[in-house]
Amino acid sequence: MSLYGTNNEEKSDLNKEESRFIRQRSRKLLGSLLLPLRARLWLAVIMILFSTALRVAGPALIAVGIDWALPRAINNDLMPLWMVVGAYLLAAAVGAVTVYFFLTLTAKIAQAMLFDLRNRMFVHTQKLSVEFHERYTAGRVIARQTSDLESISELLSGGLSELVVGLTFMIFTAGALLVLDPISFLVLACALVPLLILTRWFQVNTNRGFRAQRVASATLIQNFVETMTGVRAVKAFRKEKDNERHFGGLVETYRKLNARLIQLFGIYDPGLILIGNATVAAVLLVGGFRVLEGTLGIGVLTAAILYARRFFDPMEQIAIFYNSYQSASSALEKISGVLQEEPSVPEPENPVVIHRAQGKVSFDSVHFQYATGDQVLKPFSLEIPAGQTIALVGTTGAGKSTLAKLISRFYDPTSGVVKLDDIDLRDITNSDLRREIVMVTQEAYLFTGSVAENIQLGKPGASMAEVEQAAKAVGAHDFILKLPNGYDTDVNKRGGRVSSGQRQLISFARAFLANPAVLILDEATSSLDIPSEAMVQKGLKTLLSGRTAVIIAHRLSTVAIADRVLVMEHGSIIEDGTPEQLVAAGGKFSRLYKAWRESLI
Amino acid sequence: MQKSELGTVRTLWRLVPFARRALGRISLGIIAAIAAHLVALSIPQFLQNLVNSLVDGGIDALLPAVGLILLLGVLEALFVLLRRWLVLTPGTFVEADMRNTLFAKLQDLPVAFHDRWPSGQLLSRAVADLGLIRRWLSFGIVLLIANFITLVVGLIILFTYNFYLGLIFTVASVPIWIVGFKFERKFGTIARLAQDQSGDLATRVEESVHGVRVLKSFGRGGFAADQFASQASELKTTEITKAKAIANIWLYLILIPEVALGLALFAGVWFAANDQMSVGTLVAFVATAMVLRWPTESLGFLLGMTLEAKTATTRFYEVLDEPDLIADPKSPKAIAEPKGLLEFHDVYFRYPDASVDSLDLINGVNLRLEPGQSVALIGLTGCGKSTLTALTTRLYEVSSGSITIDGVDIRELTRWDLRSQIAMAFEEATLFSSSVRDNVLLGSSEKSESDLKQAIEIAQAQFVYELPNGLDTAIGEEGLSLSGGQRQRLALARAVAANPRILVLDDPLSAVDVDTEAMVEEALRQVLTKTTALIVAHRPSTVMLADKVALMQDGKISAFGTHKELLASSAHYRHVITSLDEENKQREVNL
Repeated sequence: MSLYGTNNEEKSDLNKEESRFIRQRSRKLLGSLLLPLRARLWLAVIMILFSTALRVAGPALIAVGIDWALPRAINNDLMPLWMVVGAYLLAAAVGAVTVYFFLTLTAKIAQAMLFDLRNRMFVHTQKLSVEFHERYTAGRVIARQTSDLESISELLSGGLSELVVGLTFMIFTAGALLVLDPISFLVLACALVPLLILTRWFQVNTNRGFRAQRVASATLIQNFVETMTGVRAVKAFRKEKDNERHFGGLVETYRKLNARLIQLFGIYDPGLILIGNATVAAVLLVGGFRVLEGTLGIGVLTAAILYARRFFDPMEQIAIFYNSYQSASSALEKISGVLQEEPSVPEPENPVVIHRAQGKVSFDSVHFQYATGDQVLKPFSLEIPAGQTIALVGTTGAGKSTLAKLISRFYDPTSGVVKLDDIDLRDITNSDLRREIVMVTQEAYLFTGSVAENIQLGKPGASMAEVEQAAKAVGAHDFILKLPNGYDTDVNKRGGRVSSGQRQLISFARAFLANPAVLILDEATSSLDIPSEAMVQKGLKTLLSGRTAVIIAHRLSTVAIADRVLVMEHGSIIEDGTPEQLVAAGGKFSRLYKAWRESLI
Repeated sequence: MQKSELGTVRTLWRLVPFARRALGRISLGIIAAIAAHLVALSIPQFLQNLVNSLVDGGIDALLPAVGLILLLGVLEALFVLLRRWLVLTPGTFVEADMRNTLFAKLQDLPVAFHDRWPSGQLLSRAVADLGLIRRWLSFGIVLLIANFITLVVGLIILFTYNFYLGLIFTVASVPIWIVGFKFERKFGTIARLAQDQSGDLATRVEESVHGVRVLKSFGRGGFAADQFASQASELKTTEITKAKAIANIWLYLILIPEVALGLALFAGVWFAANDQMSVGTLVAFVATAMVLRWPTESLGFLLGMTLEAKTATTRFYEVLDEPDLIADPKSPKAIAEPKGLLEFHDVYFRYPDASVDSLDLINGVNLRLEPGQSVALIGLTGCGKSTLTALTTRLYEVSSGSITIDGVDIRELTRWDLRSQIAMAFEEATLFSSSVRDNVLLGSSEKSESDLKQAIEIAQAQFVYELPNGLDTAIGEEGLSLSGGQRQRLALARAVAANPRILVLDDPLSAVDVDTEAMVEEALRQVLTKTTALIVAHRPSTVMLADKVALMQDGKISAFGTHKELLASSAHYRHVITSLDEENKQREVNL
């Protein structure tokens, strides 16, 4: 079973080889993120070693103070006391300042990494083909870029630096104890046994709990977003109560899993305290005898107790962050999977440069089927001369949209070649291709921002005059002026305020502004009222002169401006000719056309 | 949202209604936490005796003293266990309770609210913010109180060991409060900014994914990526500022107690040297000061958490305080004998953000749909047809005038009642991630198999039988993706299956191909004979379905009659419904 890319990403019972494959992949990603930051990373390491050494010096200096400076102070020699206190204050001050710089530096490193990763994900998902988006679904692409990145962010900005601080602190503390009093160190070493057992138990259980909790939270989030985006339908069909029940169930599952997880902490934390206190008592007992024997100074015993006690301080933080490490690393594994996906319509390695295309489109023995094997387009060849306007006619599922998507290179053909001006589309750079071929789809998606900004998407940097000209050409200008703030009106969430017909007009203006050599309109006028459609078609006539156009429309009114009609059925072109010829031929088009004529007034 | 900022305490106080059930256990948890801390504080006391007796060489005291210290250690762990046990579970109930309340409120708020709020913003409130509040309730507030009390008690103990020593330590610790206070002000603002920016970034991601086809077809992926990068960079700057604020407070939280301890150490050794204090007391003093370190250091972190909890609470109440402008009436009426008479009386409507000088979008509509009558609503794009349909089920509320069903104002019905009378199909078909069956039977009260089959037949949605699991195939976001036309047909089937008295269809067939459209219309005809229907239409073929046509112009119904009558009488109607201009007609004739 392949785990390449996003295949089987939900699989949890991985065998050794598989988990090695995934770990390697995400480690490689991590390495590539850290590489540009390695100088700063080393600096951070040095800083943390330095500041921890200074912080750990405290109890040792107290020991020196009690065992060395105190007897001398009793003899009125205050110099050693001054030295000890001076050293203590200096160590504290420098240690604290270093911690400040360490935390700032690690935050910068973490944020630089996150920024890099966010951008890589964004750019990469934009590069991935439409086919990938359809297969992987929008919800999961969004989850990778939001909640997964969030859990990595949590680890990087909250936990990781403290994890490092804590671990270094423990190691240095143990080291200091070893130097100061090896016997106390042995006592501490004994305490490591229950500590490790308890920690192992905790990790195994929280790891399991965390996975379950993440699944539950993902379901919860998905349900929430779906309800909020579909709130009109929810209201119209009185689903509120059902939804509340359903959502309540999800909330309860999530709560239970969460509570169980927190209870593990509730056992682990006191467990740590117990081990810590018992260790202190043991150090005290072992040390006490030696003080009585006179082989150990009181000051050293004090320091040993302090070290033994402080040793356990960071343990809980470490255990907590081990968890956020777990969730972040599984998030990174999934992200690395998405990043491993290669665009199924890749950029050419040796591109042919196009300065201005004529607009001739040809299909040479093109055949297309989905990865699942479903045949969509049977092998065919077709040539569309530059400047011709083609109407694609046929029922749903006949393959019209697929043909259009092949021209705009949303897909590549399974076999055969699609060419623009006799150049294989696969040899044209994305930016050239998108400049020359633009497709307007039915969904007419608008982005948050003003109407003007949405039109400008067709040509970033276009002047207001150009925007207005485009809007006028497609007949959108008048209604835009009537909007609350004209061209500056915010189109709101999913274009809530702008009707679907208006949305289509805006996206049409967008295409007008882009000014491509080949224009594909996939049901781009389906929601327009008749006068608007007539107006768009009038605009089209000017727009399409000297331009190649492929127009898909269920309604035959579009045919009026077409030079040539292609009738498609079950993945083949069954009729091809001028509208006049086809009507005269008495085929399917002729029937459709007559029915349509009758429906007109 | 414009309300003046409440103080931290008053904002957090608003959590009480939700936390009420948990308050008892939380209070007990605070007591347990204090007990654990006091036990920890008492250990140095016994340490003092022990050390003093060690200095005196008394071996007899060693074992009992160590035994006692061990016992106290076990006791501390037990109190911590108790605190955790008391506090943790109730917090999760509060979180769940608040989450359900928020969800219910959001579903209840009018569509106009959802137009204003991106779902990313709502989501961050429902998930991250509430998680934060839970953590604050079960850790933040408990430890804040317990640590503060421990600190006070600890300082008193230090004073009893040696007054001057205690004074030095206390005075040297005072700057923590000043630093903490400054931190409170700075961090609150920055934390909120970071939360908002992260929510906005999530919205940007959502859009880039939903609009990926547009971005691709215009080759604007790079452009969008630049915009994303600049927004992500803003977030990055904010996060770094936030981290600096945290690093800053850490600096002082580490430095100040160390300085205090260092000074106290100096004085302590000096006192001990002058025989004003025993070595045992000095050791105990140092040990106590060490125990106090965590409560002191943690105050800053807990303050930060408290502020974030305050921010989260504010954001939560931003939604909950939103007035529900479209609510159920206090004493709802019911329609005794539903017939399906739908009337618009002088209906006016404008969106709240419409510019002052613009006309009302719905500007005095009067319309009467007799029981069983079907009326096609015709008009130019953007003339308010969709808005008018949305008013019938109170998705939006009329600004003035009224809409009545069988003579009863829709505002006097419960929304449940109203929406069971009227079923809608939207042009933009929303499907939910569940089975085909659940999606179609969404509004049906009986959920009978025959209703389901009939509705699918009428909407010409038989393609569902071909799906992998037939009617049980999961569709929607996480399931199978359907084409626009297929989605519309399912949405239509849903409206039909609800078997309503009144059917409101907002251009339900715009994405359906001509052949199918004809079949749907044919099938729909039977339904429309017995149902009142308001149908927004663009096409002559759809108009033919209806008994009467209402022409909408400048926010009014400018003409009403049969298709033939309007063709004859209204120039505007001919303009709207007659396809293509003269030139094209000419060409069609030639074809």
